[in-house]
Amino acid sequence: MSLILEAVGSMAEDQMHLADINLTFEKGAFYVVLGATLAGKTSLLRLLSGLDQPTSGAITMDGRNIVEVPVWKRRVSMVYQQFINYPHLDVRANIAFPLQRAGLPGDEIDARINEVTALLGIGELLRRRPGELSGGQQQRVALARSLVKNADLLLLDEPLVNLDYKLREQLRPEFRSLFGNNTSAIIVYSTTEPLEALMLGGRIIILDEGRVLQTGDVHEAFHNPACETVARVFNDPPMNMISADVAGERIILGDGLVLPRSGHLAGLPPGPCRIGIRANDLNLEQSAADDMELAAEVQLSEVNGSETYIHIHHNEVSWVVREDGVHSYALGSGIRIRFNPGRLFAFSSADGRLLAAPDNLVSGSAVMEG
Amino acid sequence: MFVLYRSLKYFVLLVWSAFVALPFLWALTTSFKTANGVVSGATYIPWLQYEPSLEGWKVLFRGEGKGIDIITPYLNSLTVTLSASFISLLLGTLAAYGLSRFSWRAGPIRNADITFFFISQRIMPPIVLSIPFFLMLRMLGLLDSRAGLVLVYIALLMPIVVWVMVDFFNNIPRELDETAMLDGCGPLETFWRVILPNCKPGLVVAGLFCIVFGWNDFFFAFILTFTETQLLPVAIVSLNSSVTPWWSLSASSLIAVVPLVILAFVIEKYLSSGNLAGAIK
Repeated sequence: MSLILEAVGSMAEDQMHLADINLTFEKGAFYVVLGATLAGKTSLLRLLSGLDQPTSGAITMDGRNIVEVPVWKRRVSMVYQQFINYPHLDVRANIAFPLQRAGLPGDEIDARINEVTALLGIGELLRRRPGELSGGQQQRVALARSLVKNADLLLLDEPLVNLDYKLREQLRPEFRSLFGNNTSAIIVYSTTEPLEALMLGGRIIILDEGRVLQTGDVHEAFHNPACETVARVFNDPPMNMISADVAGERIILGDGLVLPRSGHLAGLPPGPCRIGIRANDLNLEQSAADDMELAAEVQLSEVNGSETYIHIHHNEVSWVVREDGVHSYALGSGIRIRFNPGRLFAFSSADGRLLAAPDNLVSGSAVMEG
Repeated sequence: MFVLYRSLKYFVLLVWSAFVALPFLWALTTSFKTANGVVSGATYIPWLQYEPSLEGWKVLFRGEGKGIDIITPYLNSLTVTLSASFISLLLGTLAAYGLSRFSWRAGPIRNADITFFFISQRIMPPIVLSIPFFLMLRMLGLLDSRAGLVLVYIALLMPIVVWVMVDFFNNIPRELDETAMLDGCGPLETFWRVILPNCKPGLVVAGLFCIVFGWNDFFFAFILTFTETQLLPVAIVSLNSSVTPWWSLSASSLIAVVPLVILAFVIEKYLSSGNLAGAIK
């Protein structure tokens, strides 16, 4: 079973939501749609579900055009970012609803409900109404209702975004085990968070402004972002960028930080380019002899969980440094940043295409894959 | 301080309860009086202050060969009110759902305009509507009939239903409709199984309004019916003659208020059960 989108476009009220989408979804695979807010993730999922129709292009399932098939005749499930359940039904009736509509016999409905509620740990809540549940419980019920149908296509539109940090942390690994042994359905999961994409694994579709920028294996795409925009979207905080100039055997970053043109950067064509480095590849301590060093000024430091993000500024440089632990820095204080030239990305300054990526065998970003 | 606050509170409540309940007591005592009892002023204790008589009540059931038959107008009123309310609710909620969920365009006219057209029906004073209604019913041959009154009441009640229900439907997230469709419901099934059960508060409010309006309407019932089809308010007024029969007027208004009192009790039970509050978070 495969679901194919060919040259699909979607407009609404003269606004382009999606343009020229060509994608193939295979049965048994897990897809992560990654993109910033308004990138078109929800539009894409709604097209896949059949809730919206494309304004151009074709959507086929096993070679059959399904654009005209109404939603209620498809085998599709969708979990929204808002917690959507039937408020007038208790949890059990909520989960039974799609099965009853499909006309399943009572004992099979019971068996399936028992299975799915045990899987999601909501067996105790069957007699409650959605309004009496916490956000996390409500989303589990919505998920149970979506899973219980054994749909051919399961769509999850940022299902964790409205939950608090703790619950997200708890549910992510659960999702991985839930979807890990799927063989029968196409699962599409959309998120804005690179970390979530990396944790869930599978295949990635990176969207930006209604266009697909990159597809392929999640980790492959993380290590080799196709272009500068992908590098920005697929890193949180976004990858730090600076303009550079390749001249002879030297690469001059910004206003004069000079690197040797060697290692993975040796193949860069002469002329201007864009250099990128991840926030967690910037260090405050020197870790190797050939580290580059940069003096800058602290603009802002924010603590996020058990990490500190330091926004630094120096002439053209406007970067974010990620540091483990909780620290505080005075605004405007001087700071010295070190980084390994082996961790730099290079992009074309003309079209943003990736020119060179660090060799990920010496990956300093293994932390992100935790 | 607390005691003062409490006594003040109960004093206010007591005064208000008396204000609401005393007219009923007055009507009740009056209904058992004769002409002599009425003119002697406000008296409340039977036998001691006045001589009770069943005259006022007998008149309503053709007692002693005279008076009126109140049973027929009563049943007419019930039939007309309930039919008109039911049809208005049915058509009104469907119309409101359509206006809330789908985009309609006819030239410059959009959904908001259509909703306004519905409500604008009620801006006109009833007297303006009465003549067209009369002419239309005459054309249809429905003057002086229950069916004609039902039609007129639907025209008057449906705008209110649409108005109340559009607002309710707009407050229900579209994702709920979509989820129902994804779960295998067609559009009508979605409306019936998922949307309507979550609009109970709106249905109760709209239904209550319809029933109260239909039951109490005198104006249209008076103008559009003559002898064949009499509704209760018209029948009550017809009791009046050169000497105002306060006793039978009191008795008939007590009978007339019974269905509404029952309705109030039913809805109060419904209100306190929490079915109305918080249907949609």
